[in-house]
Amino acid sequence: MSEELVFRYDVNGDDFTSAGQASVQVKRNLRQLGLDSDTIRRVSIAMYEGEINMVIHAGGGVAEVRVSEDCITIVLTDKGPGIKDIEKAMQEGYSTAPDEIRSLGFGAGMGLPNMKRHTDSIEIDSVLGVGTTITMKVNLG
Amino acid sequence: MKIKTMQELLDAKILCCEENVEKHVYSACGCDLMSDVLAYVKDQAVLLTGLVNTQVIRTAVMMDMLCIVFVRSKAPTEEMLKLARDTGIVIMTTEKRLYEACGLLYSNGLVGNKAKS
Repeated sequence: MSEELVFRYDVNGDDFTSAGQASVQVKRNLRQLGLDSDTIRRVSIAMYEGEINMVIHAGGGVAEVRVSEDCITIVLTDKGPGIKDIEKAMQEGYSTAPDEIRSLGFGAGMGLPNMKRHTDSIEIDSVLGVGTTITMKVNLG
Repeated sequence: MKIKTMQELLDAKILCCEENVEKHVYSACGCDLMSDVLAYVKDQAVLLTGLVNTQVIRTAVMMDMLCIVFVRSKAPTEEMLKLARDTGIVIMTTEKRLYEACGLLYSNGLVGNKAKS
């Protein structure tokens, strides 16, 4: 494809039950584009973890997925409290999620490490009290 | 292992997508922590869990899993079954506990669990 394709979703922060809907939709869209299943899985897992994080910590936000010729870029933007210590947040097992989220199967400190694991690059731009933007890339081909 | 064989071994009840029980699974994951499930990608896997909420189904969708087994007679909601039907994931429920259910599948040959990354 010569032109960049952009998918944009509002992530509702009020309801943990509906978290992940955007990722399911992205997965469906990428499949329609005929991308290979490994790439689709990596993009959707990374985005899903990001979406869950936005709901748990930031009251929702906006997810944008851009598909260009050589890579897929996922940009997650929220107006949440920001990440206090990014280095710590990237460590497996470090979590600031409340207990009730743990009882739902998340909040074990694996979200950001999983996003890093499944993508080729991740950039976190966070300002306390202002919000966080996470940009992840998965290379194609 | 065929999904149908799993059902027989676990004496489980199938709740949706019965048309897919002839499919094969090559690895399994017994876990209540969805982030741990999302950490390691395996092909054609089954998830055994005691956790019941919509994120279990979405996690399985993200991972391209073929089947979810709810242990200890846990029953998914209709909303969860609908999500599973959308992607053809077989859902079953067994009276057995997680440890026993995993042990039965493992000892009958479903041992492939090699992480890709």
